[in-house]
Amino acid sequence: MIVGLDMGGTHVDACLIDRGNIVEQAKTPTDRSDLFGSIWKTLDDLLLGKDFSNLERINLSTTVSTNAIIEGKTTPVGMIIESGPGLDPSFLACGQENVFISGYIDHRGREIKSVAPEEIEEAAARFRKKGIKACAVAAKFSVRNPMHETKIKEILKDEFFPVTMGHALSGKLNFPRRVFTSYLNSAVYQVFKAFCESLRQALAKKEINAPVNVLKADGGTVSLDAAEKYPVYTILSGPAASLMGSCAFNPADKDAVFLDIGGTTTDISFVADGVPLFEPLGISIGNLKTLIRSVYNVSIGLGGDSAVSVENGEIKIGPRREGFPMAMGGPVPTPSDAMIVLGLLDFGQKDQAISAMKKIGEQLGVDARAAAQAIYEKMGEIIKQKVDSLLADINSRPVYTVKELLYRKRLKPEYVSIIGGPARAMAPVLEKKFQLPCRVPKHFEVANAVGAALAKTTAEITLLADTAKGTLSAPEIGLYEKIDRNFTLEMARRKALELLQQRASMLGAEGSEMEAEITEESSFNMVRGFYTSGKNIRIRAQIKPGLLYELRGVDYA
Amino acid sequence: MLRAKNRLGLIFFPAFDWAISPTHPEREERLLYTQDQVFEEGIADVEGIKFYNPGMATEKDVQRVHFCVPDVMSRVTESHLISAGGAIKAAEVVMEKDVDKAFAIVRPPGHHAQRVVFGDRGFCIINIEAVMLENVRQRFGNRRIAIVDTDCHHGDGTQDIYWNDKDTLYISFHQDGRTLYPGTGFLDEFGGPAAMGYNINIPLPPETGEEGFLYVLDNLVIPILEEYKPELVVNSAGQDNHYTDPITNMNFTAHGYAELNHRLNPDIAILEGGYSIEGALPYVNLGIILAMAGLDYSHVMEPDYDPKKLKQSFRITEYIKGLCEKIYERWRRKEDISRETLKGREYVTRARNVYYDTDGIMEEQVQKFKVCSHCSGLNTIHSRSDRGYEIFAVSIPRDACQACIDEGYKIYKEIPTGKYYKIYLQDRVNDVYMSQG
Repeated sequence: MIVGLDMGGTHVDACLIDRGNIVEQAKTPTDRSDLFGSIWKTLDDLLLGKDFSNLERINLSTTVSTNAIIEGKTTPVGMIIESGPGLDPSFLACGQENVFISGYIDHRGREIKSVAPEEIEEAAARFRKKGIKACAVAAKFSVRNPMHETKIKEILKDEFFPVTMGHALSGKLNFPRRVFTSYLNSAVYQVFKAFCESLRQALAKKEINAPVNVLKADGGTVSLDAAEKYPVYTILSGPAASLMGSCAFNPADKDAVFLDIGGTTTDISFVADGVPLFEPLGISIGNLKTLIRSVYNVSIGLGGDSAVSVENGEIKIGPRREGFPMAMGGPVPTPSDAMIVLGLLDFGQKDQAISAMKKIGEQLGVDARAAAQAIYEKMGEIIKQKVDSLLADINSRPVYTVKELLYRKRLKPEYVSIIGGPARAMAPVLEKKFQLPCRVPKHFEVANAVGAALAKTTAEITLLADTAKGTLSAPEIGLYEKIDRNFTLEMARRKALELLQQRASMLGAEGSEMEAEITEESSFNMVRGFYTSGKNIRIRAQIKPGLLYELRGVDYA
Repeated sequence: MLRAKNRLGLIFFPAFDWAISPTHPEREERLLYTQDQVFEEGIADVEGIKFYNPGMATEKDVQRVHFCVPDVMSRVTESHLISAGGAIKAAEVVMEKDVDKAFAIVRPPGHHAQRVVFGDRGFCIINIEAVMLENVRQRFGNRRIAIVDTDCHHGDGTQDIYWNDKDTLYISFHQDGRTLYPGTGFLDEFGGPAAMGYNINIPLPPETGEEGFLYVLDNLVIPILEEYKPELVVNSAGQDNHYTDPITNMNFTAHGYAELNHRLNPDIAILEGGYSIEGALPYVNLGIILAMAGLDYSHVMEPDYDPKKLKQSFRITEYIKGLCEKIYERWRRKEDISRETLKGREYVTRARNVYYDTDGIMEEQVQKFKVCSHCSGLNTIHSRSDRGYEIFAVSIPRDACQACIDEGYKIYKEIPTGKYYKIYLQDRVNDVYMSQG
């Protein structure tokens, strides 16, 4: 049996899955002042009267880190930023104290200017003076050579905790994001640690021994222990939970559009050959861009409760929500009122919905039913247009080789999966607009919890072998070692897969679920003067994102 | 996050799977470290900077500019069409006002590609700026355009293409042709009969540094541009004037390139040469990106930058001052020079040998320009390569009068087939290109 739990802004949803069947569900309101309590209450309800001796795992998607960031309840962080030449680095100051230091490593990982220990001592003094305990250190090109970040941590580690190092969080190149991601990891460390401790205690008390995993924004999981070390991985996992859950009910090998239509917003995601499409670099939280891999998710201000008005003879829906639908006593007409009039939804006071539509109809010169139909069509049209423009953007993401430019895969959805309150009601109009089959999963109301339950550990590794310099780096596991000049692409591939297993085990993966794959590879001849001086081999490998297994089952198809 | 002052479009296409040959300077690795730097700086996250994929130039885009022997598709690879397509994309996003400026970091380069193309010269087969500009002129109407070429080599291809075109002012900064390939680009290469003075060469002595380049820009180039009043300024942004470049002898810097770009303020920049792929390109490209976006570039600096070592000598400074005066004087007197040169002449001929260093081909060529009082004048090219191919090309310029158009078609029709391997007609008024033989 597997427990899946997703904590949202308003509710905590949980489900218990046994051999592919949802055997139990639970839902409680989220108490923002006691997030752990909300989770524990839901778990308690879910497991009431169950024999949990054969629980295989408990997978949680939590908003503990996310809320701390959004509500500003984070720990003060002292930042050490080694920026080298390039952009004016002043915009990177994100900590309570920010120290810019003068060392510098170049794009090939060569040390151009060493770390000046006195600069670090001075930084420590400044942090001390402000009573700062948590630090983060990020250096430009540290993913090519982690030496400076490691050295600085050595100096700080006895006095400060935690000391997050940028290279350990992601192997991707993007210094500003590395700075912000490192900052966030240290900033949410204490709050997430407290959560982990409460959870462990509560589980021990109940004698539950199942391993606990935490959902990440990319729809994969990390073990609770790894999440405690890298709490930044747990931010904004909600959309991933819903998307993974929706995937569980749908064909696993096709391109598709995934919609989550709520009261206020519609979330749009995509899968390519059944695998979620990711943001190119990472997710943004508040005004900070990070290197935390996440599913691609665009939220538009359009939902069942969006305000409907008429401007210059045209229907306008959203982006604001003024309150409930008029059928529920709300102030303005909404798409839900329209769908109630059309008989597609059935809740609230139908006569209120009719008068809402009359109001719109008067401005358009039509009757209530025609107004409702027009709103319904318009809602489908807005979603279709937005999806089309997102697809155009996705299909024109930059590529760097002639082969990719000419023959790259273009995302071409074959069906639309819809979840959320108005999902079934919206399916017919979306089917018409998209000219694609629309699918509504049977248990979509717990799709988020199902997604959490069925998520697997994901991990990535970035490997760069520079045989001219004789070094190999794999930042995610802090590896920087000497290699032979005869190191080949084939050797690099094997090495990357081996290191990926290490990384994945570190994050909590178990052998059976690890399907490793190489996602990018290149090998450049390095020529200096007129001679080949070596090879620059670059590999990225990952544990294939996906589900433990699929559930299937849709009731609109 | 950072916000760019100018909305900037970047067409960054390193063509990581294309090379002239495995150890050639124009190889897969060329923009690898530039990409590392651009990615690591987080340029894609700067608000107002937008990345675009290149399109692909069409056969017709190339025919508008070149006479490829035997034809376009036998001469170019997909990479050449993409490189030119990248330049076109840059112009397109500027013309459509999607962005304020655009920079195409594409390869291979193009500024050595002349009107006739038998093969590859100076790593170029088609002239990507010219293909771009003529595409723009077809789609958005004729524009008065200035090209400022800051590559270290004389852009002899661009010079040849715009030799007789008054609507395109070509200004080239380069290392003196007596000391570097292609060995041209002197003061007396001044333009054809319809555009005399609108081809300006600035041959600089080896070891010219930041001071010299900026002096030329401030005291010669910018004053000329102010008089010419272009509607569009294009920077052929070759980066081989850099002090670390392996095949040239100049002392220019990344900061200098950024400063030059900032002061020149071009609408479009296109990468040309530059083969110091680690020591220069990552920093120069970054500097240009920041300058075009209106961001601070004062922190852009090479690892081994040493202003003392790179200081320009007094002798060079004095030489450059004299040179600028001479060139400006000729620019000022261009109409007089034109009148004196053309007095009583019906035709002007231009005979040259053109060497294709990359492919080892020698071409003998005579261009003949009609001196026409109504338009730029019909012109023809008679050319032969040492591989035994002889061609004849008729070119009707963009602004041709009816008489020149008619004469062009008449010549094309009356030339006996069999005499030449190939005969071409380029009718730029009607955007029609044909060939026979």
